[in-house]
Amino acid sequence: MNFSIYDFTEFIRSIHFWLTGIFSPALADVIGLAIIGVCFLLFVTLLGLSLVYIERKVAAFFQQRLGPMRVGFWGTAQTVADIIKLIFKEPLVTKNSDKFLFNLAAFIVLIAPFMVIGAVPFAKGLHALDFDIGLFYITAVSSIGVTGILLAGWSSNNKYSLIGAMRSGAQIVSYELSVVLSLLTIVVLTGSLRLSEIIASQSDGWWIFKGNIPAIIAFIIFIVASTAESNRGPFDLAEAESELTAGFHTEYSGIRFAFFFLAEYVNFFIIAAVGATVFFGGWMPLHIGNIEFFNNAMDVIPPVIWFFGKVAALLFLIMWFKWTFPRLRIDQLLTLEWKYLLPISIVNILLMSLVALNGWHL
Amino acid sequence: MEQIIFYILVSGILIFSVLTVTSRRILRAAVFLLFMLLCSAGLFFMLDFYFLAAVQLTVYAGGIIVLIIFSIMLTSQVNEKLEAAGVKKSSFSLIAAAAGAVVCIYSILNYSFPAVSNGETDSSMKNIGMQLLSYKDNGYVLPFEVISILLLASMVGAIIIAKRDSAK
Repeated sequence: MNFSIYDFTEFIRSIHFWLTGIFSPALADVIGLAIIGVCFLLFVTLLGLSLVYIERKVAAFFQQRLGPMRVGFWGTAQTVADIIKLIFKEPLVTKNSDKFLFNLAAFIVLIAPFMVIGAVPFAKGLHALDFDIGLFYITAVSSIGVTGILLAGWSSNNKYSLIGAMRSGAQIVSYELSVVLSLLTIVVLTGSLRLSEIIASQSDGWWIFKGNIPAIIAFIIFIVASTAESNRGPFDLAEAESELTAGFHTEYSGIRFAFFFLAEYVNFFIIAAVGATVFFGGWMPLHIGNIEFFNNAMDVIPPVIWFFGKVAALLFLIMWFKWTFPRLRIDQLLTLEWKYLLPISIVNILLMSLVALNGWHL
Repeated sequence: MEQIIFYILVSGILIFSVLTVTSRRILRAAVFLLFMLLCSAGLFFMLDFYFLAAVQLTVYAGGIIVLIIFSIMLTSQVNEKLEAAGVKKSSFSLIAAAAGAVVCIYSILNYSFPAVSNGETDSSMKNIGMQLLSYKDNGYVLPFEVISILLLASMVGAIIIAKRDSAK
């Protein structure tokens, strides 16, 4: 097996050959699918655990506290302890609620992130689903998640949950438009929705640098709109603690509550990953035009590290928003989207078409 | 392998469609409809029609179902159960469903299904985009524009209805 940290294509292929050598083709396919599934499950779990820890630490440092410190070195085992506690807790169901939908909602919110994360390119060759419609697939599938939130709020038989669900439903549906339009602005330049081609088109510089002013506007709109779409602060009105206790997941406890939490953090990661892929070149190292020695020096750092580095930077940026800006009101939130972000992104996409037609980008 | 997935998806479609019609809680019916639509998107994925599959997901699963759930949330309560349909209603709908099934099965059995080469059905994103805006033979620019005018008209209508409410 020839393993290389720079290109996983050969490694994945050799695993495939190894499997087909031992088992029959059909069985090898099933086993391959199972391995990929287990890998993603493990990845998502680890991601959830570490992101919760990082978020708590970042929040603490912004507020000049230390955050979790007691469990493990610098509190690193805190989230593991939390999840063990959540698993052993009793999953309560409210009286007179629709129990079937109540239980189902916690799973529906997890469907969307799991379907999307397969399409995220982690490194060269480390990419489970590379569709022709990659970016469209990601936006299409992530629109399913809102159903789970609405169902959770409705089936809880609790007015706070219902209001929280309505708010977050309205918020997700409206901000989705701006997210998609800002991503399409870059697609105007790439000419393809396939994620591997979007990354390949950035081999001589990332779109945020190459794409002139419209790319920067698109990135700002993307980061604002996707923060709002994932119901994170300062747009976290859906779970505004002081008004709505916890919004749509007020009535959930134990492991089902953990599902909502996990879905939220995986969505958070996906936003950063999509943003990094489209605007910052995904796993593509920082290349500047045709300056050979610089590009070669940058290539020494493995693509996986580039990808996770960019994702981490974007995650930190979004966390920074959460702990800096005060929460918006619901009317301010909807005004921001419908009166400002949406018109700006439509004009911006026209501007980008003009730039692309005249070849003003690099 | 393909066949196993196909049968799983098809049985999903059948079971969830029956459940959608028979469920007496309206929101459950909407959720079963969502699963039915997801299964049919899976069928499109199996056929390598990724664009259609993604459209199915984004328009039906992400748009229409959310709209249905929103309207149910605003109008009904958790414990509300629909009354079971009477004999007259259910017998009429049975006849209508049977007639539809007969027409479909008859036309499927009588169609010869000529083999199509891969080149003719180029369903790549680029080709679809070109076809949608092409004004040559087999181009779809006229329906595309007509539909966009229809959408614009309905959006203007929605805004006017919403405005009239707030003025009172």
